[in-house]
Amino acid sequence: MKVIFKKSYDRDIDLFKDRQTALRIGLLVLVLVLVPFFASDYFLAEATNTLIWSLAGLGLMVLVGHTGQVSLGHAAFLAIGAYTDAALMNAGWPWLLAFLTAGAVTGVFGAIIAIPAIRMSGIYLAIATMALAVLVEEAVILAEPITGGVAGVFAPDIAIFGISFGRYDSLPNFYWLCLAVVVIVTFGYANLLRSATGRSFLAVRDSEISARALGINVSRTKTLAFGLSCAITGLAGGLMGHFFSFFNYEAFTIIISINLLLAVTIGGLGHIQGAFAGAILITAVPQVLAIVRDGLSNIGVDLSGVPGLDTLVFSLILIGFIIYEPLGIYGRYLKIKAFWDLFPLSRRDMFRRQMTYLKTERMK
Amino acid sequence: MSLLEVRDLSIAFGGLKAVDGLSFDVAEGEVFTLVGPNGAGKSTIFNMISRFYEPTEGKIFFDGEEITHLPAHKIAELGIARTFQNIELFDHSTVLSNLLMGRHVHRKTQVIQDLLFTRKARADERSHRRRVEEVITFLELEAHRDSLIAGLPYGVRKVVEIGRALAIGPKLLLLDEPASGLSVEETRDVAFWIEDMKREMGLTILMIEHDMGLVSAVSDRVLAVADGKFLAQGTASEVQSHPDVIEAYLGTGVNGEPELKKEEAGA
Ligand SMILES: Nc1ncnc2c1ncn2[C@@H]1O[C@H](COP(=O)(O)OP(=O)(O)OP(=O)(O)O)[C@@H](O)[C@H]1O
Ligand SMILES: [Mg+2]
Repeated sequence: MKVIFKKSYDRDIDLFKDRQTALRIGLLVLVLVLVPFFASDYFLAEATNTLIWSLAGLGLMVLVGHTGQVSLGHAAFLAIGAYTDAALMNAGWPWLLAFLTAGAVTGVFGAIIAIPAIRMSGIYLAIATMALAVLVEEAVILAEPITGGVAGVFAPDIAIFGISFGRYDSLPNFYWLCLAVVVIVTFGYANLLRSATGRSFLAVRDSEISARALGINVSRTKTLAFGLSCAITGLAGGLMGHFFSFFNYEAFTIIISINLLLAVTIGGLGHIQGAFAGAILITAVPQVLAIVRDGLSNIGVDLSGVPGLDTLVFSLILIGFIIYEPLGIYGRYLKIKAFWDLFPLSRRDMFRRQMTYLKTERMK
Repeated sequence: MSLLEVRDLSIAFGGLKAVDGLSFDVAEGEVFTLVGPNGAGKSTIFNMISRFYEPTEGKIFFDGEEITHLPAHKIAELGIARTFQNIELFDHSTVLSNLLMGRHVHRKTQVIQDLLFTRKARADERSHRRRVEEVITFLELEAHRDSLIAGLPYGVRKVVEIGRALAIGPKLLLLDEPASGLSVEETRDVAFWIEDMKREMGLTILMIEHDMGLVSAVSDRVLAVADGKFLAQGTASEVQSHPDVIEAYLGTGVNGEPELKKEEAGA
């Protein structure tokens, strides 16, 4: 086990806990920056999709993983982000302005939704947010002048100072743009977690009653968490719109909400890394399954005639994770790491959860 | 001057009058202890002072100001901190971050500054940390600084809860059964800490406690309640030998020192 020798409080306040971690993250970002130079267009498009899902996952993680509020309606916030961004650009706004406005609008919308939502928790909140998603889907169809109704809307190609960031004609640029957004949001998220705001989120998640006794305004904290979460999700929606180029209400169904919630849960609730792990799983598994199926058909096993097989296997993988690894992929990684760090002294029940997030409030 | 004044406080849950017309004063700098059989309404009094429960009648004053109708999250910034009978820590965080959460009322940054982690945010973090380290030293929690709460023994968790309350930097500290479930040695530590908090930090302490050894050792005054009503008030020995108090405890079975209920010892 590595023991870090701390000589100042800043060692705990700094973004990275030691130089190795900083180097490792730096290297990872560098590799991600270099991806377009060796990846095929197909792979690069998939990587871009994963980045956008990671961003959406980060948004939901703020709410579910760090504030303990479940949402099954985040597809609605993706939709609001996507439509706002596309509509503003179609009205002639430059991308950056449209994009940031889309984030802000979604954030404000989320904060307004929070006002009734913060009275609920657990399963009731999940149902309420799901109902909201259905409402937004209907509203999208009705608001035809902005959203194009059932037909859908076109998200113009992004251009900054005459340089194209179009999803089709300059995919590497679009990839880098998404990467930049993800890096910036992750940086802000990490900052949040090492300061008072992030701690107030965690406090509300783990014990509302204690949070109040410490002077934390629980309603305001939840509203803020909703706002931030939805703003980030709105940004992801904005990028997603450009990734689709052309989309209608069908792009943001309840399935997307469920997948997103699955992504953060399976990735590992309460860890930034979990949002990434989950996004990779959710976006990569269907691709891997397709490749496997093609491989099988090459050796004579033709499964293309079996409808829904991919979905079935995908679902089984997800269910398996939920049942056998409730702490998620990142939780599993931490366990393995702790096992080797402490080898041979690790205890079996070291990670056993003592209380769940959905516990009842006791006042005694 | 009394720091805390409770006047004719009552609360009813349905038909049950859990606290019934109770009045008492806690003077600045004293250790004031509430005793009484299980279900006497002691924790309910704390919950009304913390503003978790709305009294049906009566008033509460702190530092000369009425706090009877303030929202719960306004209480800490006035300088009232508390612990819970059944530990209420943030289980998935470390001891250090639990204590830092106690500094919430002293934060000087806005969300934007936190998101960008400006110099002010860093300075703020450093000052919180300095204060929290004082608490860690005082309660001898150094060895547990980076441990997750979920993995800590019961006794340590109880101490962390006191630490989190101290991190607020309160004038009045409410301790709900600080020694319940603790070993003899741990209880003795709690007694020393209470003495030091009073003498060196100048804190006023309102405590609920069943362990009469601890109560006698640290309390300046003791108030006995039963069924939410006033029984007797005075020094620990005066209250203990008061006929009404003896009778109230006889009703629950054990003379003077009621046994710990299972849920208290285990929770
Ligand atoms: N939220 C509530 N709803 C209904 N009844 C309650 C509530 N809180 C407390 N009571 C009741 O009020 C009475 C007093 O409870 P309280 O917890 O204050 O007792 P206590 O003096 O702290 O006892 P103990 O020594 O067991 O902690 C009990 O009968 C309890 O059941
Ligand atoms: Mg009690």
